[in-house]
Amino acid sequence: MCLAVPGRIEEFASDSGASPLEREGVIDFGGVRRRVSLAFVPEAVPGDYVLVHAGVAIQRLSPDSAAQTWQLLEAEVEGDSAPHEDSTKSGTVDDA
Amino acid sequence: MADAGRVAAAVALGECPIPAASDCVQLVHGAGGEASRRLIDSLFARELGDPLLVTDRDAATFEMPSGPGQIALTTDSFVVHPLEFPGGDIGCLAVYGTVNDLAVSGARPLYLSIGFILEEGLSLATLARVVGSVGWAARACGVHVVTGDTKVVERGKGDGVYINTAGVGWLEPGRACGPSQVQPGDVLLVSGDVGRHGLAILALREGLGFETRIESDCGSVVRAVEALWERGIRPRCMRDPTRGGVVTAVVEIARSAGVEIELESLGVPVRADVRAACDVLGLDPLEMACEGRVVLWVAEAHADAALACLRELDPSAARVGRVRARAEGRGRATLRTEIGTTRWLDLPSGIATPRIC
Amino acid sequence: MRDRFHDPERVRQLAARIGRRMTRGWRIMEVCGGQTHAIVRYGIDELIPAELELIHGPGCPVCVTPIELIDRACELACTPGVRVCSFGDMLRVPGSSGDLHSARARGGRVQIVYSPLDALAVARAQPDTQIVFFAVGFETTAPATALSVARARAEGLRNFSLLVAHVRVPPALEALLDAPEAQVDGFLAAGHVCSVMGLDEYAPLCERYHVPIVATGFTPVDLLEGLLACVDQLEVGRAEVVNQYARAVASSGNRSALELIRQVFQVEDRCWRGLGSIRSSGLALRAEFAEFDAEHRFALGVPQPLPASRCWSARVLRGEVKPTACPEFGRACQPLHPLGAPMVSDEGACAAYYRYRAPGAVEASAVDG
Ligand code: SF4
Repeated sequence: MCLAVPGRIEEFASDSGASPLEREGVIDFGGVRRRVSLAFVPEAVPGDYVLVHAGVAIQRLSPDSAAQTWQLLEAEVEGDSAPHEDSTKSGTVDDA
Repeated sequence: MADAGRVAAAVALGECPIPAASDCVQLVHGAGGEASRRLIDSLFARELGDPLLVTDRDAATFEMPSGPGQIALTTDSFVVHPLEFPGGDIGCLAVYGTVNDLAVSGARPLYLSIGFILEEGLSLATLARVVGSVGWAARACGVHVVTGDTKVVERGKGDGVYINTAGVGWLEPGRACGPSQVQPGDVLLVSGDVGRHGLAILALREGLGFETRIESDCGSVVRAVEALWERGIRPRCMRDPTRGGVVTAVVEIARSAGVEIELESLGVPVRADVRAACDVLGLDPLEMACEGRVVLWVAEAHADAALACLRELDPSAARVGRVRARAEGRGRATLRTEIGTTRWLDLPSGIATPRIC
Repeated sequence: MRDRFHDPERVRQLAARIGRRMTRGWRIMEVCGGQTHAIVRYGIDELIPAELELIHGPGCPVCVTPIELIDRACELACTPGVRVCSFGDMLRVPGSSGDLHSARARGGRVQIVYSPLDALAVARAQPDTQIVFFAVGFETTAPATALSVARARAEGLRNFSLLVAHVRVPPALEALLDAPEAQVDGFLAAGHVCSVMGLDEYAPLCERYHVPIVATGFTPVDLLEGLLACVDQLEVGRAEVVNQYARAVASSGNRSALELIRQVFQVEDRCWRGLGSIRSSGLALRAEFAEFDAEHRFALGVPQPLPASRCWSARVLRGEVKPTACPEFGRACQPLHPLGAPMVSDEGACAAYYRYRAPGAVEASAVDG
């Protein structure tokens, strides 16, 4: 489900409105550009990579964490060592 | 706006305000009277600029080459929205589409007929560009537009311009090729990178809001094909991968030839921006239409020479697969994926629409 | 090599490692249709040991949209003065009497959009037409829909409304785990849902049902890493939430998106096509947004009773059987004339099998009987 694709923020859209919900930017997907809502990535700035679904950025991609995951697994395959590190969290989102 | 301005100016000058020369197509242009004549003489004859074009008789006559051979005839219709797109327009698309169909059958394209169905209200400037591009493309392919026709439909009953063509070519003995000649061991080549036309059109479609610099690949394959013949390379089979892209071309040939074809995913040339756009829209570049490419089946012994020849015209030409064996039952095609696994290929189902889920 | 996520060498290593790790057979369900699509498209199920059975979950939001809602969308499209906008894949899903494509062919107004925000733009541009966005999707899509309605309210747009069919993944997993037929040992959770929602909802499921859940991406390497993380846990008897897709998933999700979802939607019971009603599995507009609810704005007819179906989609969606086991697969039911929703969307399990397996699969199922 939910085809989501990473793209790079090129610039903030000059005519996007003042409210946070109206924040928009132009995203470059490797040569294809589109205007996308940045309402849900308030900290993202041009140059950052975001994950875009249905015209909306749903997450800022951390280049660090991408590299880390990669290295972790690299080490694991070679060393055949302990299983993955967990990011287990308890607790629930109370609504919705 | 322009009309209103001109009428106002005409009234101010004390002239009759009925626009003598409108800047858009009107029903009267298709009625066969004076307006039709003027449109044909001024716009069509001028923009097509073909010495063999017949405008004052009901049928064109033309010479065919002497010697043994057969006449090849094809017809095609063109409806494309938008009419003008990066890399081409409906006019050159109509010429290339028709000429390419002849070329991939082994025939040398010679003559075209072209029929326009125009929608009332179409700007004459647009029409002039489209017709100009027909003329330009025909000269580039070395074919003559010998006859044409124009009809006008009411506004709202067409989509600007529809074009129907017929193409006549000459098939010399020994040049016939087709699925029945495909043999196990044959190599598949493609004459250039794939998928650009389909994507250029889709990205522009109303409402999707994508901006790309991807240009349609629309063009003629005649030079590539003729270059092969000139060097004595005889393609066993050719197909222009239009609707449904390379996948459809390969699956259809596998079925009609009764063979198993393996397509090599990593071998198929796809530009990085085309791949990126396909990822965004959830589409497969191998299923996107090309309008200036040819997929060829050649004997293994000719493969290197054929590829070298194609690469002189387009460096992105590539070897993309081979015919593995004669099929037990129905012919079929497989794809070797990027990760080295193999899966079946099937005809794409339905229209390529951007996928969200 | 295309990129490191499609590296054949890496893929081989991971598959081999999964094989070495396994001391017995396991059944792992990939929840998401996008993952099913990738698994079949890349033939990943053929790389892994036969004892590792992949079960395709209900994760195609288009496929699980109830027939009644599709019928309503078709009815709206044919109502004078109304235009229905939705995603391209929604148009081909059959209702009780045709899909949105056929509604358009009968004169209905239907438009494909890439984003709910595009539907909003249509509403601004056509003030005299009522624009209804048919909002399908899991939690991944809910922020975009919520944003469109929040902006419509801020702008005072009176001609924009939503036909909401949003569903939530965790309650569906719970329902699957509760079903007696289900024998799922572990799950690959849908990476993009987790990008929005985070991982918090999964820990209680791991604990209660003792199943490992791995938030997983969509490339071949992602999927194999996800499977490995699942098998690793199963082999040592652990059942925890693991984040394979850390480059796009923070364990707390996307806070501002979650906040807007909470403001706009409330949780309610929802019927899933093929699965029936699932508690707390749907999102509906809150009372404050009732004026943007198409079901309130338009008097919609009572849904028609449905003819009995030969479609096995319920069993397929629950992971009980592979699509090829369905007697209609590849025969009466094909992508061009689907009997059930999973044959419609490219992500539906039946369509994914048909597209990438057709000749072999049909022959095999014929032999199977
Ligand atoms: S193959 Fe068709 S009829 Fe069978 S379960 Fe899938 S969608 Fe239903």
